[in-house]
Formats: sequence, structure tokens, C-alpha cells
Amino acid sequence: MRALLFERKVAKYAAARVAGALAGAGSGVRVGPLRLAEVDEPELPGPGWVRVRPRLTGICGSDLATIDARSSRYFEPIVSFPFVPGHEVVGELDDGTRVVVQPTLTCAARGVDPMCDQCVAGRTNLCERIAFGHVEPGLQTGFCEDTGGGWGLVLVAHESQLHRVPGGMSDEQAVLVEPAACAVHAAATVRSGSIAVVGAGTLGLLTIAALRHPEKPHGPLIATAKHAEQRKLARELGADLVVEPGALERAVRMHSRAFQFGEQLTSGVDTVVDCVGSEDSIAQSLRVVAPGGGVVLVGMPGVTTVDLTPLWHREVSVRGSYAYTADDFAAAFELVADLGLERLLSATYTLDRYREAVEHASAAGRRGAVKIAFDLRNERNR
Amino acid sequence: MPRPGFVLDVDRSTPPVLFWHGEGFRLERLPTGSRVIYAPEPLAALKDPDEAIRHALLNPLGDSKPLPELLSPGMKLTICFDDISLPLPPMRRPDVRQRVIEAVLDMAAAAGVDDVVLVAALALHRRMTDDELRHALGDRVFDAFAPHGRLQQHDAEDPDGLVHLGTTEQGEDVEINKRAATSDLIVYVNINLVAMDGGWKSTATGLASYRSLRHHHNVRTMQHSRSFMDQHRSELHSSNWRMGKVLRDSGVKIFQIETTLNNDTFPTEFGFLQRREWEWSARDRASFLAVSKTLDRAPGRLKRSIFHSIKSPHAMTSVQAGEVEAVHEVTTANVYKQQLVEVSGQTDVLTMGLPYICPYNVNSVMNPILVMCLGLGYFFNLYKGQPLVRQGGVVIMSHPTPWAFHPVHHPSYIDFFEQVLAETTDPVEIEAKYEESFATDPWYIHLYRTSYAYHGVHPFYMWYWGAHALQHLGGVIVVGGDARAVRRLGFKPASTLRDALEMAEDVVGRDPSITHIHNPPILMADVR
Repeated sequence: MRALLFERKVAKYAAARVAGALAGAGSGVRVGPLRLAEVDEPELPGPGWVRVRPRLTGICGSDLATIDARSSRYFEPIVSFPFVPGHEVVGELDDGTRVVVQPTLTCAARGVDPMCDQCVAGRTNLCERIAFGHVEPGLQTGFCEDTGGGWGLVLVAHESQLHRVPGGMSDEQAVLVEPAACAVHAAATVRSGSIAVVGAGTLGLLTIAALRHPEKPHGPLIATAKHAEQRKLARELGADLVVEPGALERAVRMHSRAFQFGEQLTSGVDTVVDCVGSEDSIAQSLRVVAPGGGVVLVGMPGVTTVDLTPLWHREVSVRGSYAYTADDFAAAFELVADLGLERLLSATYTLDRYREAVEHASAAGRRGAVKIAFDLRNERNR
Repeated sequence: MPRPGFVLDVDRSTPPVLFWHGEGFRLERLPTGSRVIYAPEPLAALKDPDEAIRHALLNPLGDSKPLPELLSPGMKLTICFDDISLPLPPMRRPDVRQRVIEAVLDMAAAAGVDDVVLVAALALHRRMTDDELRHALGDRVFDAFAPHGRLQQHDAEDPDGLVHLGTTEQGEDVEINKRAATSDLIVYVNINLVAMDGGWKSTATGLASYRSLRHHHNVRTMQHSRSFMDQHRSELHSSNWRMGKVLRDSGVKIFQIETTLNNDTFPTEFGFLQRREWEWSARDRASFLAVSKTLDRAPGRLKRSIFHSIKSPHAMTSVQAGEVEAVHEVTTANVYKQQLVEVSGQTDVLTMGLPYICPYNVNSVMNPILVMCLGLGYFFNLYKGQPLVRQGGVVIMSHPTPWAFHPVHHPSYIDFFEQVLAETTDPVEIEAKYEESFATDPWYIHLYRTSYAYHGVHPFYMWYWGAHALQHLGGVIVVGGDARAVRRLGFKPASTLRDALEMAEDVVGRDPSITHIHNPPILMADVR
């Protein structure tokens, strides 16, 4: 079958890193270890596993970080090579049932018995066995050698990973359910009060939507967005105020009526949801969060140098927000359907145009786009 | 004998006309048939200004005793004076304020008055620096008062430094500087650069709190002032005059000293600015070329520093003292004598070149909001009778309008520009939705009180200053401005005057009448 394959090739990985750093995000796709290949269909690892034929698969920020070799080495033990990327998947089973894949490879999928404490408690996103069991290491489908991924014509998934797509929901909507579930999960960690959402890529926009849907239980929401289309969408999805990234301190200062010493605000918003995860965004988050407030890292941070003095001095909490649980998926289906979030899907590509697709995804904001996906519905050999 | 102002009808022999363009100039050829309004030439300076001041203090106007008779040992005397916003550009030493205050202090000393405090009447303007105060007051006064805390700057946000004296019959709060209000006598030392200045506005505005100012610094007042340069048709002035009555009735005693200046605005090296283009001498042309070339090559900061170092040769043309209203009547007549130009009929399109300076960016940056205020607030309103431009007409302003702000002087302007104007440019909506939060923002208040920042509400007032024009005009075009900043202001950018005139035709129709208000120096059109 045809698939995009990511192999462990050190020289190409290094080239991707250099290209990504020098020529800009997405450049790793031309020199790195990702290639279009003919590969064997993945085998079913055991009972409860089924074949899924991806219909649409999104390109996520973590995929782009992988392609440009920007990901943290933290992932090395929990990824197995070679793998077919792609974890934002709407696909169909052999019987034609359409499903969205919950890609986390947890105890249930791995046949781990007894299950870890986190899985027992329903916090499957925090599964303690992601590198163990009868499936090769891989924190998610799309990073695991055994399962295949959404950027190929077939993947395998455990029944615990499948969410049936409601009859009236289009593929274009369903492909946004996985990132929406991330946003729902992140939104659930936000306590009441004022909020700043940093970044208005897919995750930032979906987080705004999740924070504002179905009601508005939180306080004022200020969002940052670099590009005009992002600003428009952020407002549509419920941000009270949308500013350019460099203007966040000023907007939060006005909102919170803070004083200022140097760049640091004396007050701020109760919670900052950082949907970027860069050194700058984390530092900015610490500048605009109120004393005793919280910063939620939704964007994948990686290796980062940040001055934690304000965190210490102002008793700020920083917590991560990774993935989702089954309940988050249920809420995400509703979120996507209720708000018509298919409008965030800006363009689709066939697998053989993967370089263009990756470059488009890497420059999505600048090019007025949000989510870029592969459309595998008309691929040969399906 | 200085020549009066006049209106030139442009014909084929008319040379290009000089337009201010921020920290630079443009020479523009106006279409045949356009009109150019030139100000009267500078009136003669008083031969002996110090003697004229002394004469005014001893021969007051209206129901007032001569100043020495109002001074006595043991009394509390407060001398208030106009701040950095006047005159423009700042004048050469000695400043009029120095001359007048020295004369007042001499009389106070002679009368044995010990308790004297000087107060800069800032209203909601930024505090003056020591250098600026020293320039305005002179070394002798500054050194005698500043070290002892007897040279103060009005603080419109000091809860302990204000006193509420009552309300007008229209419910307007009158709250002014406590030291001044509780003095046995306020001597107010004014410079009347334009007809808006002076009168009761000196005390009722210059010494007031935000609580008091908001009653006349608002959109309704500005839209009902036709114009605010014409006291008798100005709701701004009516409100100040009502407040003046409250001041008087509450026992506040004011001895008003008002001065007028001639319009000899720029020193010799910029002499061409003062002259009518067809009368430029070879030296004027050479100066123009030299200055223009230098400016073309100079970086922005250098240009700013060159222009803001200019000290005007302004000379005093009159000084009158005594009772506020009697004094102001004479003062206004003297301002008109220097500035008024009779103009027959309105125009479809009004063009204006905007300079590098306005009352709120002395030693600072002319930000886009101030560009709007200077053009649509000041220049547009420099009329008596009816606006120079007809209802639905177009104003074309020439200014680079950079997206630039002075972070210390204008912090709330930045937020106003970035946040408020990004949402709306409608003064009514802006006032209703945003004014209070800016006006009461503790950070802005802190910066106003302790740093050198204009008050948080000040950019709103600048926007309201243009409210009458915004209501009246069919369009505003800015030539040579930063397109993004111009659009943020709600105006249209044009690269050249020719483009702007073509764009204006879309609003006012083909072959419009065009009038250019020539500046410098300042003039006021008496539109019949």
C-alpha cells in the first residue's frame, strides 16, 4: 500500500533540522527522512484490533515538528521506527462504518493487564504503559511502527480507539474531532476567571471554541493571532478581544488594570492557555498571568529556556495538557458539529503532493489557512 | 505696516505652494482656480514688553483693582501659568511667562507677600520637565521656587489637592486645584496663541480635575461648538464660562493676565516658511533647498531633534490684565487682529499641510492621533462663521503620519490607537464604550502623576476635538502618510496631492472648488 514513511535516518534527520532552522518551518520535508513509499499493510496485533482505511487525515503541529526534526529527544523511547505519521484520522472500517481514531495507544490497546492506575481511572491520556505491551512503543497511532498511521492507506486500531462518526457528520467535520478533543481537554483544565489564549493556529482556535462552548462559563478571553484570517476566526469562535502577539501584554494590562515593571505586569489574567509552546510564548505567558494564576501548556513545548523567576515570585502554576480521554472525544464531536468547525479545514492534498501539503501546513497562518489534511478517499489501491 | 491676510486665486503663473509635511515640506502645484489663504504678516511687537506688562498690572480692565492693591502681607498668592502646550513652537527666552511672572513677583515682594506658589496649569497634560519649566519661567524664578517645593504642577488626580466648589446650573461639577482655590488671589498668566485659549478656560480647564473636565471635553460639546475657536458659538466656552461663574460665586478671586503674540513663528534660517512663495528671494530658495536636502537625508530622530530645537522669535503684541471676561474680550480682538482673514464662501475641498508640532507633542512624537487632532481639530476649526469646507466636503491633509508614539508621553495613546481605533472611529461609540476605562485606569493615572505621561483619557479628547469635522465632512484623505496608520484613523491614504484630488472628486463631484489654508503661520478664516 502507499504511505508516507518516516524512517530513522540520522543524516537525513540532521539535514531536516538544518533545513527547518535555516529555510523555515516545513523545509525538512524536502531533505528529511519522510518519503512516499510502497509498504506492507500493518498486521492486526491481536484480538480487538481492526483495519481502518483513512479517508481524511490532518497534519498536526507535532507532525511538522517531527518532519523538521524539532521534536524533543524525550520522545525517542516512546516512538518506534519506521512509522507512518498521521493521527488526526477519520476513516472507515471494512464494513464501511466511519470512525474517528483516538490515537493514544493505552493499556487497553496494548493488551496490558492489569491496566495502569491512570487507565483504570479513565485518564488514558496519561497511560503509564505507552512503551510496553504487545505493540511496539508509540505514544500514539502515527508514531508507532506496528499500527501504521493516517498518512497511509491502511492503519490498524484497537476497538478502544474507535469513535463512530454520527450519520450526519461529514468527513471534513470528523477530521477535526481529534484536535478538537485536545482543545476540549485543555479547556476543562481552565478554572473560572479571565483567560488569555496564546496562538491561533488550529489548536488555539479550537481551544477558544472549547472554552466558549456551549456557554461562556469563563471570564473575558483575550487571544493572540498573527494573521488576519486567524483574528477573524478567533473572534467568531468567541474571543472577546484578539490582538497581535506583540500586543498581548498591553491588552492584558488594560484588561487587568495592571501596573508594570519592566516588561512584567503586576496583575494579569487568571489563566493563560499557551497553544504555541515556544520559548517566547511561554515567557510571554509568564508575563501576563496574574499572581497565583496558571499557565496551561497545550502547544508542545520541547527543549526551552525560560526564566522561571516570575513563576517562583508570583506563585504561578504551569501544567501541561496532553491529548484527551474518551469523554473528551464525545464533547469534541458536539463542538465540531455545533460550531460548524469544518470551516477550519482549509485545503486537502493527495499523498503524492505531500511536500506541498507539509509546506502549506507549515505556512498555514501566513497563507490564510488553518488545517491542512490529506484526502485519501480517491487514492489508488484503496 | 504689516500687510493683512488675503486669498490668492491660483493661476498659471502661481508658483508651487509650500505644504508642511510633518518634519519636512512639499511644494505642491495647485490647480488653476484654487484659492490659497495667507495669514496677515506679523504685527509689530510691543516696544517695551516689560513696561507694557507693568502698565497692564497697574491699569486693569473690568471690575478689578490694580494688582498692587490686591496684594498684602500674610496673604496666600498662587500664580498659575499655561503649560508646555503654549506657545508653538516654544518661544525664545525670555518667555512671556517669565516676563509676566517676574513682574507679578516684584509687586508681591514689594507688598510683603511671602506665601507664593507657582502652579503649572496642566489640566490632563503631561508634567513639564525641569528644563521646560526653567525655559518658561527663567532661571531666577525657577531657582527661587523649585528647590523649595513652591513651583508645583497641577495634579488632576490628587484627591488631596483638589476642591469641589459646586456645580453649574446645568449640573457640571467644578473641581479645581485646591491650593489655587483656597488662595486669597489667583494670578493666572496666559499666552493666547489661538482664539480658543484664555478666558475662564484658563482656570476652569487648566486647573480642573477629570471629574470637572468631562463636562465640556466630550463629543456633544465638540459637535455643538461651531467652532471652538469662536467663543460665542462654542459650547466648550459656554461650559467654561458657566464654571467661571461658579468659581466667582464661590469666592475664588482671579486676576487674569493675558498676552498675545505675533505670528513671527520661525527663525531666519526657516524664513521661507513665513513668506509667500512668489516673494521668495534667492536666499529663501537657497534656504529651502538646503533645509529640504538636509531633511531628506536625515534619519527620523535627527529630523525630530532639529525641529524640536527650534525656538520661535514670537514677540508679544499685547498684554491685558484684570477681570477675566473683560480681559479676554480685548485679548480675543488682538488675536483676531493677527490671525483673521476674510474668506468669501466655502470650498468643496480643503487642503492643509500639517507641521511637526501641535500642542501635545512639544519635545515629543507627533503620533497619528495627534495628526488627526491637528488637522480636524485645530486647523478645521480655525474658522468664524462657517467652516471653510462645505458640509460633505473633503479635507486633504499632508503629513507622513508615522505609526509612531512616544512611549513615555503618550502611553494611553498607543492603547487607544491599537485597541480602540481598531474597533471603531466613531467618537460617540468611542466615548460611550471606552472612555471611562481609560480615564480611570490606575496605571495611566500613576504615569500621569509621577512620570511625564498625558492622562489616560487624553487621546479621547484628541479624537473628540475632531468630532465636529468628522460629522461635517464627506471624506478625509492623507497625502504621503503611512497607509496603515491612515486607514486605522478611518481616512484614505494617497501618494500625491494629484491622487488625493482625484479621490476627492469621488465624494464632491468633478471640478471641485479647492482652498488651501497656508501654514505657517496660523490663521483663522472668517468665512462669509
